[in-house]
Amino acid sequence: MSNPPSRPSEVSRRSMMRGLGLAAVAVPGAGVLASCATASPTPEAAPSSAAASSGATSPENPFGVKADAPLEVVIFKGGLGDAYATDIHQPLYKKKYPQATIKHVPTQQIAQTLTPRFASGDVPDMIANSGSDLMDNGALHQEGQLTELTQLFDAPSIDDPNKKVRETLVPGTVESGLIDGKPFVMNYVFTAFGLWYDAALFEKEGWAPPKDFTEFKALCEKIKAKGITPFAYAGKNAAYYAYWMICISAAKIGGNQVLVDLDNLTETSWTNDSVKQAAAAWAEIGKTYMDKSFEGLIHTEVQTRQNQGKVAFYPSGSWLENEQKKQTPDTFKYAICPTPSVTAADKMPYEAIRAAAGEGNIIPSKGKNVPGGLEYLRIMLSKEGARGFTEKSGNITVVKGAAAGLALSPGNTSVAAAQDAAGENIVTFSSFEGWYKELETELRKQTNALMFGRITADQFCAAMQKKATAVKNDSSITKQTRSL
Amino acid sequence: MRHGKYPFIVGFLILPVILYVVFVIGPYVQAFQIALTNWKGVSATPQYIGLENFTKLFEDEVFWAAVRHHGVLLLAVPAITIVIALFFSFLLNVAGGSKGGNLRGIWGSKFYRVVYFFPQVLAVAVVGVLFQAVYRPDETGVLNGLLNLVGIDNIGWLVNTDLALWSIIGVIIWQGVGFYVVLFSAGMASIPKDVYEAAALDGAGRFRLFFSITLPLLWDTVQVSWVYLGIAAFDAFALVQVLSVDRGGPDNATTVLPLEIWRNAFTYFKFGYASAMGVALFFMTITFAALTLRVTRREKIEF
Repeated sequence: MSNPPSRPSEVSRRSMMRGLGLAAVAVPGAGVLASCATASPTPEAAPSSAAASSGATSPENPFGVKADAPLEVVIFKGGLGDAYATDIHQPLYKKKYPQATIKHVPTQQIAQTLTPRFASGDVPDMIANSGSDLMDNGALHQEGQLTELTQLFDAPSIDDPNKKVRETLVPGTVESGLIDGKPFVMNYVFTAFGLWYDAALFEKEGWAPPKDFTEFKALCEKIKAKGITPFAYAGKNAAYYAYWMICISAAKIGGNQVLVDLDNLTETSWTNDSVKQAAAAWAEIGKTYMDKSFEGLIHTEVQTRQNQGKVAFYPSGSWLENEQKKQTPDTFKYAICPTPSVTAADKMPYEAIRAAAGEGNIIPSKGKNVPGGLEYLRIMLSKEGARGFTEKSGNITVVKGAAAGLALSPGNTSVAAAQDAAGENIVTFSSFEGWYKELETELRKQTNALMFGRITADQFCAAMQKKATAVKNDSSITKQTRSL
Repeated sequence: MRHGKYPFIVGFLILPVILYVVFVIGPYVQAFQIALTNWKGVSATPQYIGLENFTKLFEDEVFWAAVRHHGVLLLAVPAITIVIALFFSFLLNVAGGSKGGNLRGIWGSKFYRVVYFFPQVLAVAVVGVLFQAVYRPDETGVLNGLLNLVGIDNIGWLVNTDLALWSIIGVIIWQGVGFYVVLFSAGMASIPKDVYEAAALDGAGRFRLFFSITLPLLWDTVQVSWVYLGIAAFDAFALVQVLSVDRGGPDNATTVLPLEIWRNAFTYFKFGYASAMGVALFFMTITFAALTLRVTRREKIEF
């Protein structure tokens, strides 16, 4: 839970190292020198889901769950706890299938607990695959270990049988769990990205979140006059928090297609006007209002400075409030606002917000009760399941409107409000961050150079375009594409 | 006893040699093999692409930035470390003058000897974390806090692109000096006292003693230290990883080859390309070691 969608690279690196470690352990027996790291067993073909354990299907039971089939659920017990599973989702499942016995396995080390079980074929039926020791979903998919979730998203919703499950979810949820173009991961927690500020401080000073960059700069002047740094991010390890803002602004100016083009490495994706304008607008804020020293700080240091009232706006996602829980004084009230509009002709309104689904849940394809696992996910995606989750864990889910009327933390209340205000105006995610790490690394580097005033927006766009073209022409990098 | 000699030796050697071959030689050979492929670290059958990875290296500006930094490290780290270490060990062993016919170090030298060795005891990661606080770019940093007291503005030790690499070199030297002080002290202890006494009787001062007696008789040790430090200059991975802005930044100002190898392998999953960098690094290190040993070769003085 510590850093859900924020640092995918380190997770995959860690899983990679672990994978190599396992390979190294397996090697020595097999002919000393001849054995080599490149000789790994070929993955088995993926078996079809719905094994022998399935029963008859019906609209109430779209996956053909056998009423008495036992179900094993593994939950990552981190920041979200596991009460939402034991007190809400499992009782709901039990209510529907009273004969079924549910085995609940909470763990903080998903990979350590489950990797050997995947190797031996004795896998659970549902896994909340999260935390810093999560398993690499892409690798599991390559080994044919995951159940495709299209049937889940196309199944009728529990609350309204006339609607498909996918229609009850915040736009982008299904897409966020795609691997090779097909959904394999059900991301459950709604994460919003934007500018975070202390609502209490803003109320005291009579400041309001800026609607466009003219207002933004005017407000920054006022904030600066109070001796507070108006805007800051951590250059040392979180340059991506800043490039998220640039990407969001670019999408607001030119529509989500701008971000899709970046992912698809199209020819002028970085040098187009939307990206340039967004980069120029943010560069001005960074150069004018941010102290040079922030480039050498890490995210928690900057976040703590915000808690101490030394920083006004901080770009981040909705895990921020939880991450800072211990440092946040009682008087500090986290709130999120969308990024200000750059031009009057922006394609998306000010209210548009980037939202992504996080905290992946997966159904192993070789489980004993695959239909049961799918049904469990469908229950999680019901209004009752989602509400219960929010009540127990304090986090908002991807189920539209499920948190209405609940008493939430200040940060989550403002996220829910922002979710409502945005409606269908959701800024899409960026896949290149995970697809092309080289491009992402270059973007971090150039973002720091841009935001701390070493290069201009034009140079930034040119450098990024050069790298994007290089990645595109590099035959050793597997290319992927997406569309809206 | 003669007839059982070889089985006896082989019996002792076989295990370490096997371990060495499997865990050191094997991976080396494999790196050369993987460098010729476009292996991504997952597939069982890497494709051979000839020398493509090496031709790419020539156009890779990050690679050349890293090579340049190794050049700077190679010039700065051994030279500065050895000069400081020689100075300190001379102070600790000889500079106190003679008493009762015995040369000794300055007052409190036993205490200093322990203090100098402290940084060597700390793990590199600990040193890195320590210097994060020392170099922190705002007023909460140790160095900047001290400078503020005397009215000097904050300095972006690791943020300023011109200063960042030198800040890291400073840490490498700080950590290394202690070990070489101990090494040189041991070397000085083995220099016969009567040589010093004879020189002192002839009226040599401390400087003359150092340059005419200590340094020449310590030459072997200095030479080995130079090789050690040079090879260490080809590493610097951990400190750059922990200390620098966004790992090697700002703007590639501090990146080093091991970091780029790590990044290419475990972030980009370009194991083939990373291995090619590894091979390049291997040859640089070997060339350096061979050159140093050859250039600094002098007649050994027996005593």
